[in-house]
Amino acid sequence: MSEKLIDSGNNAAAMAVQLAAAEVIAAYPITPQTPLTEKLSELIAAGEMDAEYVAVESEHSALGVCIGAASAGVRAFTATSSNGLLYMSEQLHWAAGARLPMVMCVVNRGIGAPWSVWNDHQDAMSQRDAGWIQLFAKDHQEIVDITLKAFRLAELVHIPVMVNYDGYYLSHTYMPFELPDAAVVKEFLPAYEYAHALDPQKPESLNTVTLPDSRNDINGVKQPGYMDIRHNLHQEMRLAMDVLEEIDADYQQRFGRGGTPIIDPYCCEDADYIVVAMGTLANQFRDVVDRLRQEDGLKVGVLALQIYRPFPTAKIAEALQSAKGVMVYEKGLSYGNQGALYADLKSALYPYPARPQLHNFIVGLGGRDIRTEDLCQTLKSACLQDDLSSPEQTDTPQWIGLQL
Amino acid sequence: MPDSRFKVLTSASTSGPGDAGRTGSWRVERPILDYSRCIPAKTGKSACHLCWLYCPDNVVSKAIEPKIDLEYCKGCGICAEECPAKAIEMVSEENFVAGGEDE
Ligand code: SF4
Ligand code: SF4
Repeated sequence: MSEKLIDSGNNAAAMAVQLAAAEVIAAYPITPQTPLTEKLSELIAAGEMDAEYVAVESEHSALGVCIGAASAGVRAFTATSSNGLLYMSEQLHWAAGARLPMVMCVVNRGIGAPWSVWNDHQDAMSQRDAGWIQLFAKDHQEIVDITLKAFRLAELVHIPVMVNYDGYYLSHTYMPFELPDAAVVKEFLPAYEYAHALDPQKPESLNTVTLPDSRNDINGVKQPGYMDIRHNLHQEMRLAMDVLEEIDADYQQRFGRGGTPIIDPYCCEDADYIVVAMGTLANQFRDVVDRLRQEDGLKVGVLALQIYRPFPTAKIAEALQSAKGVMVYEKGLSYGNQGALYADLKSALYPYPARPQLHNFIVGLGGRDIRTEDLCQTLKSACLQDDLSSPEQTDTPQWIGLQL
Repeated sequence: MPDSRFKVLTSASTSGPGDAGRTGSWRVERPILDYSRCIPAKTGKSACHLCWLYCPDNVVSKAIEPKIDLEYCKGCGICAEECPAKAIEMVSEENFVAGGEDE
């Protein structure tokens, strides 16, 4: 039976991992992720989850253990935040290049220095080129659903998947959500099998020095070179979006929730102005959209991006073709340039006939309060703005909520 | 199991001499084995074989007189380092080039 609960986002994630029957959990505590892995270790200690909990001395080792587990054909899970994710960075690239499926929850938090334990998206954005699939949840129900889909996705496409959710906004707040029936989850998520699983009876060299050129192995079989392997990772990461949609359709059929695994539009059909945002910020904008439609008669909508890597280039560009203006609000940036999401979106739109006026807003870094009032004001004035500013001015991100 | 549309290219191959390509060309020093010191060669028993065990390129044979496949031996010197009888000496490849002292 499915179960309705009111619990924290971290506990929702832990229960999803329990349902997914992960077999190895290796994690190092870091705020705001800690309660998630504490909950998993409790479940294992109480005999409610049949998994090995490996207590490690660092995040680098945590992902190393998951890489080992996945290499042995075992379903692995880890979770982290902020500087912990950055400490894993080398291993992130390794897991992706080795095509090892695993799932990691990243409970998004600002990166030090200066030290911050509060939310923004800079941790995930900084790892966007590591070769991991990056999904973003907007509420507790999505944490559960996306985590379950993430395991199946990772194992079908053999690419590791990061499930991002906002620190504190989701990790520590309580919300109602439904936990799917364990027996149906088992059907949805078959056991993980790995063709190259470590086996002493069948020794193989895995990811050893791979020469620039392809070569014949000792059996005379042509083996790809480094560049071929990396090209395949890129191609199959793009293809993974189709697989995610198929998985989502199956999930929807079994559990009744889904339909928007790539982009999740709200009031976008007739919208002249569309906000693009990720995570809880996109949900906060639903209130803003309702208000501006009601009070100001502005045809606005918000489009939540549910997947950041691979970037859904065509889907998002097509969804914005009839908009006059697009406002990208984000909790991170590429220092010295612009918001990373904004830059990606701009490049996605370039080959398309309609290039709506774009605006970039940086909000909520290191947990700076994101006031709905400020979102209303800035969105409204961006909608009403006559295009009088210089190209450079329009292309410069505006910071909201600065206290200088 | 991966979806059939996915090739999942990885670097995975049967271990063995030549697994990393023609590594013999990397060699700067060549291991020279002295059978008068080598334990199995001296005793006629299948013993020791630490060179065979430790060679990272799998190019030493596990024989009474161990042989090194110079096509793939990269000259790392691990065998010489591990040999308890000091039967392996690393000699500069300069000595083996045409016109060099030994050839
Ligand atoms: S390690 Fe030395 S003694 Fe032992 S088998 Fe090899 S060459 Fe001979
Ligand atoms: S030097 Fe010795 S250990 Fe190194 S590759 Fe050659 S035979 Fe093997």
